[in-house]
Amino acid sequence: MSHPCWQCGAFFNALFCDSCRAIQRPPDNYYELFGLPRQLALDEQDLERRFYALSRRLHPDLFTRRSEREKQFSTDATALLNDGYRVLRDPVRRAEYVLKQAGFPIGEQGTRDVPPDLLEEVFELNLALEELKGGDHSVEPTLHQARAHFESLLREIDQELAGAFRDYDATGEREVLARIRAILNRRKYISNLVNEVRVALQRAA
Amino acid sequence: MTPLQIDFGKRAPERVVGIDLGTTNSLIAYMDLTRPRIIPGLDGDRLVPSIVSLLPTGEALVGNPAREALLTAPERTVYSVKRLMGRGVDDVRDELAMFPFRIAPESQAVIKLALGDRVLTPPEISAYVLRQLKKNAEAFLGEPVTKAVITVPAYFNDAQRQATKDAGRIAGLEVLRLVNEPTAAALAYGLDKRQEGIVAVYDLGGGTFDISILKLQGGIFEVLATNGDTHLGGDDIDNRLIQIGIEDIRSEWGEDISANHEARQLLRRAVIRAKEELSFVPFTHIDLAYRGRKYQRRIDRELFEKLISDIVDRTLTPCRQCLVDAGVTPEQIDEVVLVGGSTRIPLVRRAVETLFRAKPHTDLNPDEVVALGAAVQAGILSGAVDDKLLLDVTPLSLGIETMGGVVSKLIHRNSTIPASATEVFTTAVDGQRNVLIHVLQGERELARDCRSLARFDLKDIEPLPAGMARIEVRFLIDANGILNVTARDQRTGKEQSVDVKPTYGLTDEEVEARILESIEFAEEDFRARQVAEARVEADTILAAVEKAKANDAYFELSDEERDAITNAVNQLLLVYHGDDHLLIREKIDQVNQVTLKLAETMMNTAVQSALKGTKL
Repeated sequence: MSHPCWQCGAFFNALFCDSCRAIQRPPDNYYELFGLPRQLALDEQDLERRFYALSRRLHPDLFTRRSEREKQFSTDATALLNDGYRVLRDPVRRAEYVLKQAGFPIGEQGTRDVPPDLLEEVFELNLALEELKGGDHSVEPTLHQARAHFESLLREIDQELAGAFRDYDATGEREVLARIRAILNRRKYISNLVNEVRVALQRAA
Repeated sequence: MTPLQIDFGKRAPERVVGIDLGTTNSLIAYMDLTRPRIIPGLDGDRLVPSIVSLLPTGEALVGNPAREALLTAPERTVYSVKRLMGRGVDDVRDELAMFPFRIAPESQAVIKLALGDRVLTPPEISAYVLRQLKKNAEAFLGEPVTKAVITVPAYFNDAQRQATKDAGRIAGLEVLRLVNEPTAAALAYGLDKRQEGIVAVYDLGGGTFDISILKLQGGIFEVLATNGDTHLGGDDIDNRLIQIGIEDIRSEWGEDISANHEARQLLRRAVIRAKEELSFVPFTHIDLAYRGRKYQRRIDRELFEKLISDIVDRTLTPCRQCLVDAGVTPEQIDEVVLVGGSTRIPLVRRAVETLFRAKPHTDLNPDEVVALGAAVQAGILSGAVDDKLLLDVTPLSLGIETMGGVVSKLIHRNSTIPASATEVFTTAVDGQRNVLIHVLQGERELARDCRSLARFDLKDIEPLPAGMARIEVRFLIDANGILNVTARDQRTGKEQSVDVKPTYGLTDEEVEARILESIEFAEEDFRARQVAEARVEADTILAAVEKAKANDAYFELSDEERDAITNAVNQLLLVYHGDDHLLIREKIDQVNQVTLKLAETMMNTAVQSALKGTKL
């Protein structure tokens, strides 16, 4: 999509006007700003290269002697670049971003419900946590074990997520996004559990 | 890559100087054709002591000439004023016991100091130092100097940064950028050193401590994390020794000199001399001669190290946190750079070496490296340097107060700046016209434990049922680390921009303590947060039930059903002020259950969603 340049009126479709080279209002989509296709599997080194290269063109340090408008565009574009880099380099936040862009609501919904296959384990974990709170230190080994178990589940989930990313990039199907959302919810639930156990064990120590 | 948008033409890059506005000493530097250079004062000294004395004529003495005035005219002379920048009166009560600051009675949110018959704010006093530096540079360069980069401790908060910028403006300088001191040091250091790798900068100055971890790659200096304490430095070591001297003298002379400015200044000089000597010799003496009386105490390095070990230890917690935040292990650090005069102390060097398992670099003068880096950054801004770029971070998390006094963090600490975050807020009651937004800085979960930066009011919101307004709030931390907040009504598109001015201060100990506390009290916070959230939920449902009682559907219920509702509401009210969030939630669920039928019968969907506890 092209727009007329605010300064010289020529048409452009990038961060800078092709004609007069003035910086333009940045696109508000991270993928577009980084010049990347909307894919979930990303090469981290390529992302970093793009981040550095764009920083070298957009950073406010390069615009201190320009007009107020150019300064503002530079600050906005760099803020977006930095925000985008934080999101895109983290697989979970990247997936959440893509889900949100695709119109999937992301929220606490779904992360509170116990995944059915974990029902029994979570029940026992809660019992052990209660006992620890009551001063019974004999449950500590059980809790350490549970924590290690859930951490290994997290690693499995991350692999599953990477697989789902590839599926989505290959097919672009919404059903895959729905599956990714389910995986993220499960991941969040388990990572909350791990934190809870960690805090409880720290407090008991 | 040459930035396309910079068109130098035939015009020479315009002059921008770099300034290190220090607690103890200040320096000014410029970019020569090839490298940064310190500009000496007219007396040939490269360091300008950050001391200001106002003569009765209104003329100001700055630097070495003012040093003597500390003895002869202490009531018109001030040093270490950087400790007061951007802080409120309540912030500095503890400092007053240690420093001869004369706080003027008219001080409120901003401290005012009495110097003779003049009353000045800390930025005004700093401006005298900046003016002197500017004068030195103009005499040396033979041209007017109007644009500058000024360094600040990386851990300076919004108010302290704003105060520094104000000082520059008062001195007639356009401050093009505030640069963090450790980052500036890395920039100076990186000039002729490695181009790739992970570098830790440990900066212990006169009054502040910073630690920053950077990744260097192809001319990009990317800060991974920073931490620190804006209230820790060589001054604290001096004060420790002064206290010992005062007690010795009390027992030897039978006199308390703690309120005697002249004797105290002489003692301060004596302990600083002894401290500096102990970096090079195994023992020395603190020598004081005052009005025919003498005080002498032998001090060796072992005793000195015992006296200051807790001060040195206080720098290690921020270092460890910084490693965690940067996501690196000590083994991954390729180089450690020492900055600040206090890093000459052998104990400090040993502590750094032990922690990072690497011998720190000491080949650059720790007093000058920050100013040299500021000159490099000035060169980047003027276009004279085009192969380097700094990517810095914000030291403290930023957020907004939400219901129940809970802070919703929008920009986390160690985010690369400029950084922004957008959040949509709505109204809590029908017809609400204003939304008050409280902006905070800090790591704790409750607003009362964070530093309040500002409150601002979004006015003239279109009156709508609760939850219908959509107000988009954008936080932007600029490249100086200073916050800008804008708000926009998504329905009307109306925009309101607000400058964030500090309302009142927390002490910087508190800011620092904040990080430590947030680790120690993480659980306590968590509990308090859960209770606060449960109460918010209770408020929502209680308000909804109250509103529903006016609905026809309520009167269609049986007496028993209405009794059950009243009973459940009363039970919720009973546990509301307790601190058991589970019990509150249990009673909320009970209210939810007994009002289920009521909600179903009611046609009003807004009320129905409120009963289900829909949150903002």
